[in-house]
Amino acid sequence: MTQLALVIDLNVCVGCHACVTSCKEWNTSGWAGPMVDQNPYDASPTGTFFNRVQTFEVGTFPNTETVHFPKSCLHCEEPPCVPVCPTGASYKRPDNGVVLVDYDKCIGCKYCSWACPYGAREVDEEQKVMKKCTLCIDRITDPKLSERDRKPSCVLACPSSARLFGDVHDPDSEVSIAIRERGGYQLMPEWGTKPANHYLPRQKTQMHIDQDELTRVDNPLRKEDLTTYTGEETLDDVAW
Amino acid sequence: MHPAFSVIFLTTLIGAGQGLYLAMVTGQLYAIAQFVEAQKDQFYAIGSLVALVFLIAGLVASFFHLGRPERAWRAASKWRTSWLSREVIILPIVMALVFAYAAAHWMGWTNPLFQLGASLQVDVTLLLGIVGTLASLALFVCTAMIYAGVKFLQEWHTPLTVTNFIFFGAASGFMLAAAYSAYIGNPLVTFFGTWAVILTFVGIGSRLMHLRRNGRIKRKSTVQTAIGVRHNALVQRSQGAMGGSFNTREFFHGQSDRVVDMVRYAFLILVFPLPVLLIGAAHVTESPNLPILAFLVQFVGLMAERWSFFAEAKHPQNLYYQSVA
Repeated sequence: MTQLALVIDLNVCVGCHACVTSCKEWNTSGWAGPMVDQNPYDASPTGTFFNRVQTFEVGTFPNTETVHFPKSCLHCEEPPCVPVCPTGASYKRPDNGVVLVDYDKCIGCKYCSWACPYGAREVDEEQKVMKKCTLCIDRITDPKLSERDRKPSCVLACPSSARLFGDVHDPDSEVSIAIRERGGYQLMPEWGTKPANHYLPRQKTQMHIDQDELTRVDNPLRKEDLTTYTGEETLDDVAW
Repeated sequence: MHPAFSVIFLTTLIGAGQGLYLAMVTGQLYAIAQFVEAQKDQFYAIGSLVALVFLIAGLVASFFHLGRPERAWRAASKWRTSWLSREVIILPIVMALVFAYAAAHWMGWTNPLFQLGASLQVDVTLLLGIVGTLASLALFVCTAMIYAGVKFLQEWHTPLTVTNFIFFGAASGFMLAAAYSAYIGNPLVTFFGTWAVILTFVGIGSRLMHLRRNGRIKRKSTVQTAIGVRHNALVQRSQGAMGGSFNTREFFHGQSDRVVDMVRYAFLILVFPLPVLLIGAAHVTESPNLPILAFLVQFVGLMAERWSFFAEAKHPQNLYYQSVA
């Protein structure tokens, strides 16, 4: 069974919000109607977003690291938001595992948002229905698009390729390999929601270099050389 | 959580309505057992109609919670998995049974249908009363399980939520029954008042245990598990929105700790000691007005209690919304 998901590499995310704007642009112009904003050019702008980049600071100054943390619906394999929905508007697609909301059935009771520990669902204040990341279901299921474009718009927009998209149930997919080989993890595993989206951890990019890696103390040419040097230019001084 | 007034009104109003209906049926059962004197059918009928008014008012309040109330009928479809859906189904059933109970009394359908044992004459009103009582208790459970069933809200995810809803609802209903009896000068005011005090006592005991449990709750999620970074010093610097979002509006009560504490102390006084004193004073002075005051005071207290219930619940999603900029 297919389970489409995102794998987000926190090691290369630079927090540019390109995924946020690209997501909003694509999904606000789609068939499901606009994602409405309130006071967009005024004080306290607010609105509906499927995807947000948050920033956390790790450590104490001056030894701090900034972690940019993109967060959208994690398309849980055990989605707690689905069974609580009284109308069946919230559902998980059996063919590809994407969790979706039928905007024509949603009554806007907000109960599903209470049942999501990640805060992935947001009410559209204009349409009065619950909205959430669809993994760009209209893109990824559109056979008219080329293979390259059949991806969520956040993935296509990311300038540092921090977002991977694919089937986490296929062990040979790009995302499964990334999870397996680069320590991919899930958010809040303690709730048993089994999020399909995974995150790749930050990695140390320091290198340890020993002094004898810079200066060869056991240069065999020098060891077997019988010449007595008196300060003249030798082969070691030649710039190659 | 942000206390939603639609839900506060819904749960307190239908609680009082169900409680009043339970009080009417209890009155009838006691009369059958000849513990209290039997009342005219009109007494039960009007009492049940008042209960129906409270249930309808609660239903109306609930519609204000919905973004799309015109689609509310759809909410009956997922009763296999959703407590909210179960409530949506059982609330109209209770309303219908309360109305039928009132109508049966009003029409005087009290000819015994059959006899159980030596003396128990079973008539339509008794059957409707028993079925309605069971439906009413089921409605209490469904309403409470909407909250108790959400495992992420650890403050709510306890059987104490269910007992709070049942006993507080029943207490305010019996208080309302006492007020109704006092208003029409019926001698059952002492009977209902006594039960109201007992139920209030059990309810406040359950709520105090609930408060004690929530005071020492151990949170499952931390900001470390929320973003998966294992470091003790971890603070949020931005949440991806400057002017707030649905997540900041729905899951934060936005009040200072002082306000939350004040509301908690207020409901602890308004729900328990004050109404009990008032109903006691009413018994001594035989005042027709004090039981009504007792009910009103307790009802206001229960609304404060429901507000506090929302405000004390901390949702794990708040870990992602600690700092605006």
